[in-house]
Amino acid sequence: MMDVLPYLVAAWVFLVGCYGLATSRNLIHGVGCLAVCQTATYVLLLAVGYRKGGTSPVFADFTPGARPVVDPVVQALALTDVVVGATVTALLLALVIQVAKRHHTLDPDELSELRG
Amino acid sequence: MADVLIALALLLVAATATAAVAVRDPARQALVLSVLGLTLTLLFTVLQAPDVALSQLAVGSALTPLLILLSVRKARRRSLDQVRAEKEAEEGGT
Amino acid sequence: MNRRLRMWVLLLGLAGTAAVLAAAAFRLPAFGTDFHPYGDRAVREALARQTANTVAAVNFDQRAFDTLGEETILFAAVLGTVVLLRQARDERHVEPAPADVAAPVRRYALVLLPVTLVAGLYIVAHGQLTPGGGFQGGVVAATALHLLYIAVDYRALERIRPLGVFEVGDAAGEAAYLVIGVAGLLAGSSYLANTILPHGTFNTLSSGGTVPLLNAAIGMEVACAVVVLLARFLDQAVEIEGEGENAGGNAGEGERK
Repeated sequence: MMDVLPYLVAAWVFLVGCYGLATSRNLIHGVGCLAVCQTATYVLLLAVGYRKGGTSPVFADFTPGARPVVDPVVQALALTDVVVGATVTALLLALVIQVAKRHHTLDPDELSELRG
Repeated sequence: MADVLIALALLLVAATATAAVAVRDPARQALVLSVLGLTLTLLFTVLQAPDVALSQLAVGSALTPLLILLSVRKARRRSLDQVRAEKEAEEGGT
Repeated sequence: MNRRLRMWVLLLGLAGTAAVLAAAAFRLPAFGTDFHPYGDRAVREALARQTANTVAAVNFDQRAFDTLGEETILFAAVLGTVVLLRQARDERHVEPAPADVAAPVRRYALVLLPVTLVAGLYIVAHGQLTPGGGFQGGVVAATALHLLYIAVDYRALERIRPLGVFEVGDAAGEAAYLVIGVAGLLAGSSYLANTILPHGTFNTLSSGGTVPLLNAAIGMEVACAVVVLLARFLDQAVEIEGEGENAGGNAGEGERK
């Protein structure tokens, strides 16, 4: 079970985020759901790079080779995306604020009615 | 032992992620998202990824929820009555 | 499309994706496998370049060009936010009223501010040795400044935060990264190659060649970017008012209910 649990959790988090995004009645809530989807990728990446009994790949306090380490490549991918993802979330929220200003609603359904 | 910790952290993440989607009020969702940030930090720590955990701690538990709360506040500042009056004025004018 | 039909389409899509993902999960290498060909090679290369934090080595040495791309996304997102959230012609600027802050909160936040700021700068400076680096430390340092908003009020924050300087700092961080990359080119090897500086002694502050420099550039960009982002959102939430918004809403609660 432990062999696949992390992958299944990543899949669950992603699907739950997608469900929330599709059924959301508030654009700000939708952006929050997208942030949830995003975290699924971090869980998946770090799960792929984990090594049983491995320690973190930082050699500040032990000599290289003394202990096995987990995969640093996936960690590097995840860590930059955490910060960059936050700024993209900010951009989406800025768009939502503009929508609220111009159309006086945050409900995506009402927005599509307005357009017609 | 490590396996038990990882499994617990994973289930915690799955539960808080579900809660973050199920909570429909954005202001409350921001708080749940910050809890999700903390549980993710926990998970990344037990997965031996301190770099990512640090990043997640700073961003996920503080920055993103703060941005969401500020957006909610901006959106709520329009009082409903005035918005309605404005809409009617627009419809009457065009 | 009506609501029910849409729900069915969604559930169908989610079920399909779930099935595919679950099938994939059972074909992936088992969790905790001992087989990490890329990881092992990355660790070897990082140690050859005297960088103790191999994650930083991957980010700022082996995949430095990829990080340039990430950084550019960050820069573009901040630029877009600044453009979207600027004060429009039909909006007015309202001075926020000074707010009362409970004495313990004020003391706690004022003590924490310098500590957090130093912690952030420490995390940036030691990115090549211990967990951390420009991305994490930049966010910590930037959020530290905002403790002043909690401790005093918005006007105090505005006084210590000349936005123009931070906007220039954001661009300067991005530019510094590009310039360090070109330096690698001029030194006779390739763009962003870690060959222009000696790699130093393992586990000391000056080790890792260009890794600490790129870390500092990213730290500056991220810190300035977060300050600018939060400033734009705070301006919108606190100071800028469009037509039909409540005037002087400083507390922010109970306005709509």
